[in-house]
Amino acid sequence: MSRLAPLASLLLIVVAVASLAAGLLAPASYETQFRDAPNAPPGVRFLLGTDDLGRDRFSRLLYGSRVSLLLAPAAALLATALAAVAGTLAGFLGGWWERLGRGVMDLFLSLPWLFLLLAVRAALPLNVAPAVSVAITFALLGVLGWPVAARVVLAGARALRQADFVLQARASGCSRTRLLFLHILPNLRPILAAQFWISIPVFILAEANLGMLGLGIAEPLPSWGNLLREMESYPALFSAPWLLAPLVLLLVVVSCFQLVLAGKDSRA
Amino acid sequence: MMRRRLLIVLLAAAAAGAAPLAAQSGGELRFVLRSEPRSLHPHKVSDESSETIRYLTAGVLIRYHRRSQQAEPELASSWKILDGNRRIRFQLREGVSFSDGTPFTADDVAHTIRSLLDPQLHSATGDAFRGGRGAIQVEIGAPHRVDVVFSTPVAGLEKLFDEVAILSARSVRREAAALGPFFLAEHRPGSHILLQRNPHYWKRDGKGRRLPYLDAVRLEIQQNRELELLRFRRGQLHLINTLEAELFDRLSAESPALIHDAGPTLDSEQIWFNQVAAAPIPAYKKDWFRSRNFRRAISEAIHRDDLCRIVYRGHARPAVGPVSPANRFWFHAKLKPHAFDPKGALRRLAQDGFRLQQGVLSDRHGNPVEFSLVTNAGNRTRERIGAMLQQDLARIGIRLNLVALEFSSLIERITRTFAYEACLLGLVNVDVDPNGQMNVWLSSAANHQWNPGQKSPETPWEAEIDGLMRAQAAETDPRRRKAHFDRVQEIAWEEAPFLYLVNRNSLSAISPAVRNSAPVALRPQTYWNVEHLWLDARAARNLR
Repeated sequence: MSRLAPLASLLLIVVAVASLAAGLLAPASYETQFRDAPNAPPGVRFLLGTDDLGRDRFSRLLYGSRVSLLLAPAAALLATALAAVAGTLAGFLGGWWERLGRGVMDLFLSLPWLFLLLAVRAALPLNVAPAVSVAITFALLGVLGWPVAARVVLAGARALRQADFVLQARASGCSRTRLLFLHILPNLRPILAAQFWISIPVFILAEANLGMLGLGIAEPLPSWGNLLREMESYPALFSAPWLLAPLVLLLVVVSCFQLVLAGKDSRA
Repeated sequence: MMRRRLLIVLLAAAAAGAAPLAAQSGGELRFVLRSEPRSLHPHKVSDESSETIRYLTAGVLIRYHRRSQQAEPELASSWKILDGNRRIRFQLREGVSFSDGTPFTADDVAHTIRSLLDPQLHSATGDAFRGGRGAIQVEIGAPHRVDVVFSTPVAGLEKLFDEVAILSARSVRREAAALGPFFLAEHRPGSHILLQRNPHYWKRDGKGRRLPYLDAVRLEIQQNRELELLRFRRGQLHLINTLEAELFDRLSAESPALIHDAGPTLDSEQIWFNQVAAAPIPAYKKDWFRSRNFRRAISEAIHRDDLCRIVYRGHARPAVGPVSPANRFWFHAKLKPHAFDPKGALRRLAQDGFRLQQGVLSDRHGNPVEFSLVTNAGNRTRERIGAMLQQDLARIGIRLNLVALEFSSLIERITRTFAYEACLLGLVNVDVDPNGQMNVWLSSAANHQWNPGQKSPETPWEAEIDGLMRAQAAETDPRRRKAHFDRVQEIAWEEAPFLYLVNRNSLSAISPAVRNSAPVALRPQTYWNVEHLWLDARAARNLR
């Protein structure tokens, strides 16, 4: 498994670079409709054919990868940061702080996040640029996605609080702040890193799910979520297997993230 | 000699094939309802599934014939409109019974009208009777003669009765006793509804055989259209009443004999701009939306032919106005869809001080022209339309932000808070008579979507439409009614409060096992003549 990790990292880098260079690599803009060629099959003019509005699928896949691959890690970072603050404080302080922290986490976990997203989207101003709506969608995913990670961090922080070296440091007169920053947080770093890497594919898939419901990234901006919606007509997949390209890329990227994570775990 | 014999056999076989097949009784027609019916009470119909059950089970006094588009006698053998469109007198058929054997009389009609008008029932069909017409009286002249009397004249009076299911005043089965071709035999929520042949149905065919030919209709509840298509192809379903263009084309490639394009429906897709004075949107945008030049310019910048060709794969027509060409009598044939003309659109905008500079259109105060278009989330067709409008409007420097909202939040915005700029939605028209559009065109109406509930008309053209709609509703001469409503269509074309985009075609699929089918554009497209449909057992076996 660990031998595959470098290859997975390489693939992730290739996909990330290709998506960042979409402006250079894409033969067309993601929004240009070639109305003379809707639903065109792959060929020289359109590498992956065109969608039902005549937009070049290859260009949309590159730009869509940029959206999903840039913003999913950003959302994961936000969720992990929130989890780090809430989980560490609750686990380290213990007592009623821990009970309060657990209660808030349970409350967030019990929220029907889909309906919450719907409600928040409905309350937002309508005239936002597609790029802003993308950022909002991922920010919401990040804000709503912290409690799972926070529970893991809390458990880790509580275990560290009772560890011998922490008790010894406390006995020797080390202040709480010093304990937190010198002894607890550095030892939580592997847990936080793992939570960050785990969250990325989760957020990519969450956006894809929202896209399947028609609530993800607004037209005309592509994302893996709204590209995957083309697969709704599954019998068409047999006659047009190139529609599977975004799914294949999603599977490759998610698998690569898992392999990288597994490699990190085995090294740890 | 051998060759001659073979030729005779072949000719005989061909002649046998050409002879019309005698209708076979029996069999179970199967098709799909796309949602659970909200109500099985025939007067509380508010959705398509309930409407299907009502159509198949209800007996009505007058039926609006879906092909000829004329009112035809059903349970009323004849009718007369009297007292200047205030009174309708029905002569009822004799010897007719409900599905449980209870005889049908004028008492049932009186009971039905009273039930329909009961405010506790909250009947949408009843609303069509109540709306501004004062008290309605029912007078029974004889066991088979009944008058329904309105306090004010009602134009197109007989058409009101197409949706009124006659209930039994005496049957212990109450509204479950049916006068239509079938009665409700079984309902398994989430699974299916079984309708069985009404053994007392009054209609007979040309040879005197009692109709319907079918023994039963099984309505399976199935939301997934791909599965519906798959089951149809396997011969497990006999028809698909409405097909989306993509599925239609896919089926067309495999089995062109199974599909039917009956031409434009009454339905349309349209956009409108928020013109509500108190709406929480910037004042300069309200000025844009209230300008006829702005609305017409947007309309002329939209490539309707491309919408029909790409989004509907050619199975739609550019829309002209509130009446589709499917509505033969009321359609204003002299009007044409607003032509695609981006340069003309820019000229119109220039008249209002708009300027296109470096690809961005700005108003006279320098505000860049950008607005949001809300629509309901999850509707792929509308999302595609929205994406095409984005490119069309970008050509004249306008930025369009497409926002898909969950349906209830969309309705909240367009009916209560008015916190939106433009909206894209469809109009599902079931009524061919313009009276059915009173709640849209009267400026005081709640469904006057661009600026609903006005105390008095805010523009001269809305005042003129109010006057014309009231005049046509009070008029008894169909030609004069048509002249009034033609003028309404002309004003709607000139002022463009709604930008009508397309009228989609009626697309359906029917198994070759179903005989006597004749799909039409009006609902219910494929089974409007259900009592005459029959299943060819041989063709059905071949399908399996």
